[in-house]
Amino acid sequence: MSSVVAIEHVEPVSGRSSVVRSLHRRPLVVVAVAFVAALVLVSLIAPWLAPYDPRAQDLSNALGGPTSHHLLGTDSLGRDVLSKILYGGRRSLLSIAEGVVVVLTLGVPLGLIAGYRGGWTDQALGRLAEVLLAVPAIIFVLVVLAVAPHNEDVAMVTFGVLGVPVMFRVVRGASLRVREDLYVSAARISGLSHPRIMVRHVLPRVKGPIIVQATLFAAYALLFETGLAYLGLTSDAGTPTWGGMVGEASAVIEQQRWLLVPPGVVIALTILAFAVIGDATRDALSERTQSSRASSRGRPTLSTPAPSHAGRHAGDVQLLAVDNLRVVLPDDRGEVPVVDSVSLSVAAGETVGLVGESGSGKTVTALALLRLLPPALRMSSGSVCVEGVDVSSMSERAFDRLRGSTLAYISQEPQSALDPTFTLGSQLVEVVRRHEEASRPKARRRALELLGMVELPDPERVARSRAHELSGGMAQRVAIAIALAGRPKLLIADEPTTALDVTVQAEILALLKRIQRETHMGLLLITHNWGVVADSCDRTMVMYAGQIVEESPSQDLFDRPRHPYTLGLLNSHPAMARAGAALTTMQGGVPSPGSWPTGCRFASRCRFVASECTGHAIPLTQQSTHRSTRCVRTAEIFGEVHA
Amino acid sequence: MTEAPPLLELREVSVRFRQRRHEVKAIDRVSLTVRSGSSVGLVGESGSGKSTIARAVLGLVPVSAGDIVFNGCTITNLSFKARRSLYREMQLVFQDPFSSLNPDRTIGATLAEPLESFGINTRDEVRRRVAEILERVHLAGGVAARFPNELSGGQRQRVAIARALILEPRLVICDEAVSALDLSVQAQILDLLAELQAHLGLTYLFISHDLDVVRHMCDETIVLYRGQVMECGQTSDLTKAPAHPYTDALQRAAPLPDPRLQKHRRPPLRPVAAAPSGGDPDIGCVFAPRCAYAVAACWSTRPHLRAAGSVSVACDRYPAWRGESKSLSNGGSEATFEFQLPEVR
Repeated sequence: MSSVVAIEHVEPVSGRSSVVRSLHRRPLVVVAVAFVAALVLVSLIAPWLAPYDPRAQDLSNALGGPTSHHLLGTDSLGRDVLSKILYGGRRSLLSIAEGVVVVLTLGVPLGLIAGYRGGWTDQALGRLAEVLLAVPAIIFVLVVLAVAPHNEDVAMVTFGVLGVPVMFRVVRGASLRVREDLYVSAARISGLSHPRIMVRHVLPRVKGPIIVQATLFAAYALLFETGLAYLGLTSDAGTPTWGGMVGEASAVIEQQRWLLVPPGVVIALTILAFAVIGDATRDALSERTQSSRASSRGRPTLSTPAPSHAGRHAGDVQLLAVDNLRVVLPDDRGEVPVVDSVSLSVAAGETVGLVGESGSGKTVTALALLRLLPPALRMSSGSVCVEGVDVSSMSERAFDRLRGSTLAYISQEPQSALDPTFTLGSQLVEVVRRHEEASRPKARRRALELLGMVELPDPERVARSRAHELSGGMAQRVAIAIALAGRPKLLIADEPTTALDVTVQAEILALLKRIQRETHMGLLLITHNWGVVADSCDRTMVMYAGQIVEESPSQDLFDRPRHPYTLGLLNSHPAMARAGAALTTMQGGVPSPGSWPTGCRFASRCRFVASECTGHAIPLTQQSTHRSTRCVRTAEIFGEVHA
Repeated sequence: MTEAPPLLELREVSVRFRQRRHEVKAIDRVSLTVRSGSSVGLVGESGSGKSTIARAVLGLVPVSAGDIVFNGCTITNLSFKARRSLYREMQLVFQDPFSSLNPDRTIGATLAEPLESFGINTRDEVRRRVAEILERVHLAGGVAARFPNELSGGQRQRVAIARALILEPRLVICDEAVSALDLSVQAQILDLLAELQAHLGLTYLFISHDLDVVRHMCDETIVLYRGQVMECGQTSDLTKAPAHPYTDALQRAAPLPDPRLQKHRRPPLRPVAAAPSGGDPDIGCVFAPRCAYAVAACWSTRPHLRAAGSVSVACDRYPAWRGESKSLSNGGSEATFEFQLPEVR
């Protein structure tokens, strides 16, 4: 192998900072964090900040409203309200901190251990948590306060202990999922001890839920603390607390309503701030999982289709004709194309293969022509004709009817087409009744007929079962049965056999061929597997970086590829290799949308690249009646076309 | 071929799981030998027990019966402490390069981890070893500062390989290490693995569902079905003339990348879904329900591995079934794999 450094594309997402950054994008969060930080600071320096001693009484000035001397007025004993708020924050925030610290120090480690170790440790801790959860918090704290009167520290620690089970459950649940991640096994095989794995690999992954739970608990603790103070259970009369102020204010509400406002507003804002922080953290985390999931699959985010000449076969009307389809990803800087000038056609009874590696745009092409693009993507131009009728401008409702009847779709994950809560029979009956006016018994007969059509043994039994009871192969058969319910003329199958064992793949491919023979249905088969192409496809389009780079009858494509990428991809197949010889034919990988060069998109990986390949877009040029290629050097590289 | 000493041996190893009330045999009396410096492939469908074998060797699942011998020492069910030092000698490359790297840690930190856990923690030494291993897997040194989601699938798999190799192990278990990759990237990674083996004298236990990949990579191949060994031997012999109907079926089911050859193939398996239920795997052959050549005796006697030419096969109907196969496939237009694409100048 050459020593070329395999640097492929680099996506501009940095893992660690993305949560922080997405928090920044929410101004409300910044305000909330700033508010809490300011509260803490102000409480700490209250002795320097407060204009008066909060205990200093001035009965001559009692129940005064806000004045320039007393910005927030005075209470029934003439004490300055602003000073009381500032000092009161010390007690309230300390109480929150006590509760949160207890919850974190007990809940997090126990949750980690239970989730990570599992087994009897988990069961024992789980039982203990359930017992604690069953204790009524308020009553328990009241009992504790009866033993230690007016001791707020003891009360809040007790409250924290009672909050531990919730934190425990949250951490345990999150750790349980992380434990299944492969990097945890990898760390074990790297020789790390269990405690180190928990601290290094599990804890950082569950910090999100911990933050959310901790902020929620903080808000709850403040409510609880003010409640206790309001009832006069915690504070001795001298120490100002927010809750105590509310209590005092309510006693004199007839004389001075204003007194309720300052402590009320502060309490409400503080609780709100905690809630905002917790909420935003949760949103930011779920955003990140979604984006990482999308990029990890490389599926609907990146990909692109290519062009062919829809109207080429003049005279006969194609079942499906896509012309100049373009799909873009709108972002801050404009629009990033992910599929670019793709044209393709499928005739009745024909199987057309759409081949390419991940990121080539195969799936996006299929989703675009079914109008099933994920919300982030938009079809920006191009037309889709079904049986000669342009459906691009059709209303959603009209297109809905088309989809599922004339057009059907099956995906790589058949389980996703099946609802786990209903029996397969009832789902199938539902689908049948959507497509045709049929009584229940009649729809039921049709459902069983469909299950028989996909060669499921004992359709009656399958109809009674649910999705999770099926193997992958059987689930795909049921998904095909559902797709066939509307008697489609065109089936779009996106990697229908990729998740299946080869033996099952062979059966599914044979099944699709048989159905096609019987119904004369057209099939657009998306795959990355040359074997599947060779087995099933009459005609094949090869996609690369959002474009079709070659189109050809399948046999010719295998015999005499006319694009360097097709050749490279064919030669990458291990069945093509001679023993001991290297397999690598192309360095690097498919460039991601947004980083496509102006010239030939394959140029950087092509061993035949020359000066004329870069600088300007390369058109798809026709080689013979049925063949096209997007390469300016085809003739030099592969010789002239044989008729 | 000189007989290198065995590095890893499994002797009648079984792993059983409890599932609700009944017991599942994930692997059932599997014996195999991996010689030092060789590549041994494990193939089979999902549920055949390939990955369970890897996990048993690494001590991630408990072994119910039998012995695992590594480098002359029995390592069956060692305690975690005793096993730790073994991880210097045997490592694993996972299938999924997306979940096998912790997204919160830089590549450098991920690679340094095994070193640190074995007491190599001076900064310069760690940095030197990380740089060295990145170069070995053809990644730029700057990758150490990146996070996993900044890398492509191929790059991540190179990092996963680097992590496995940084302690200079002797045995590397590749669990579907290239299955999640695109074809062109798969080719790059297979070449990298071959190059590393040549330079470092590695031994591979190579787990894959793809017979084409195994044929390319492995000297010897073991075919598993429902936790039992169906056939094992030199890869070239085993793929040229399968002695077990299951090997034959697996090979025929994988479509050939050539429409002309593919047209003449016919998978001889009974569809899985149509397989008659019943039959007791403890008594009969586990493959009998799906076998096109099964006779009454197959349902009542469990076949044992026996020599069949250069390979070993667990089929009592060998070689008789081959004759039936010829007559079934009307004239045998069965192509072997001696075709190539036109070489381009």
